[in-house]
Amino acid sequence: MTDNSNQVPTVESIAPRVFTVIAKQKRIPVDSVTIESTFADLGLDSLDSVNMLFDLESEFDISIPDEEARNIKTVLEMVEGVRQLIITKSQSQPQPAGGQ
Amino acid sequence: MNRRVAITGIGIISALGKNVAENWKALAEGRCAIGPITISDVSSLKFLNGAEVPAYDSAAYFPGNQADFLDRFAQFAVIAAREAVTASALDFRGEFSDKTTIITGSSIGGQGSQDAGFWAVYHERQNRVHPLTIPRTMPNAGASAISMEFGIRGPAYNISTACSSSNHAIGNAFWAVRSGLADVAIAGGCEAPLSFGILKAWEAMRVVSSDTCRPFSRDRRGMILGEGAAMLVLEPLDAARARGARIFGEIVGFGMSSDASHITKPAPEGAAAAIRKALDDAQLQPEQIGYINAHGTGTLVNDPMETSAIRAVFGTHADKLPISSTKSMHGHALGAAGSLEAIATLMALGNCTLPPTVNYTTPDPECNLDVIPNQARNARVEYALSNSFAFGGLNAVLAFRSAE
Repeated sequence: MTDNSNQVPTVESIAPRVFTVIAKQKRIPVDSVTIESTFADLGLDSLDSVNMLFDLESEFDISIPDEEARNIKTVLEMVEGVRQLIITKSQSQPQPAGGQ
Repeated sequence: MNRRVAITGIGIISALGKNVAENWKALAEGRCAIGPITISDVSSLKFLNGAEVPAYDSAAYFPGNQADFLDRFAQFAVIAAREAVTASALDFRGEFSDKTTIITGSSIGGQGSQDAGFWAVYHERQNRVHPLTIPRTMPNAGASAISMEFGIRGPAYNISTACSSSNHAIGNAFWAVRSGLADVAIAGGCEAPLSFGILKAWEAMRVVSSDTCRPFSRDRRGMILGEGAAMLVLEPLDAARARGARIFGEIVGFGMSSDASHITKPAPEGAAAAIRKALDDAQLQPEQIGYINAHGTGTLVNDPMETSAIRAVFGTHADKLPISSTKSMHGHALGAAGSLEAIATLMALGNCTLPPTVNYTTPDPECNLDVIPNQARNARVEYALSNSFAFGGLNAVLAFRSAE
């Protein structure tokens, strides 16, 4: 992972990793997941969503609060939510230069 | 041979109190026992609250080193059984010893003891765990401890069906007594899940509320874990009358079903099937039911599902049928839940007072039943149901009748 804390992460940089997490968890081809997909389109039920959130927390080293996760129903919302959490995290704990 | 089955003893320990009287007083007052968990370090959890038995001191119940042999859940089982057996005034040393069955419900058994053992080997890098880790952890430890406590030599076993465990236990005990397989049964549930590793596992499921439990309320945010045990003594009604026993009520029906659908998401068809089977088993019409103690976990998914199951079975009668979730007061004690709620239901029938669903703030169109919000209600009810619907789609419903 090469995120630089000075650089605000973009949807474009995060989206492919979110697609991969969802595809791996649901055992579906990664190209079947798009930024426009809804969780319903992908057949994600409530338990799939909980698994996805768990894997996303590992992938991005973030903690996704229940309250925020509850309202997310699409891949775009998920990518944007992850992006915001990464920004919040980088602001709250300034990384030393060359940090992971 | 189908015998009527009377309940001649009840005992309970929960966050609401350490005996039946304390529990009923709290339920009738609508007192919520949910508060900060103190027996585990919850500082790294996303939720801080549970329904914990307050200021529990095992030494007050178990002299010498007796408590060392029992996990908290099994201690609770013995405490509840003592109260129930005392109330029944039965003596098991004689002819009843072989003819009494003990059926407990516990979902996770003594996983708190296992958790402590795993902490020792995985975290503290000790090369050994406590020698009693196995017997403390086994989910049958409560049933075994009750059998030893009273010298009961009949069949004793534990049923583990997640949140339906104790309804399955009580239901099977009811059938055993009704059919003549057993002359007496001690049945109920016991659970103590407020151990750190278990709390973490529940946190990961994202079904635990960050503050409190508001079943059927639009702003509900999940369940609150609870602990405790409750036990019932069952015997044939004729035998109970012949010996002049106090009769707390009858169990008149039991229904079970499986959703065959999803490992965690409940299906209303399965819940409705269990309710119908309980009514059929009791030979009751839906219109005869005057109260339901709901499963009512307060999760986003359960409460609308349960509402639609009740509507499917009861039709227009559902609009006149008060229900409540006492989990809003004693928390969700998993494998002990059905037993705590059996006591609540029996006491409701006996005292002509229906316990409320507390913490209720806002109607939810998807949960549009009369949930007895926040305040107990006076009502004379003859027949009531108590619902339990487990993860894994396993449903168990009991039908009760008030004492004549």
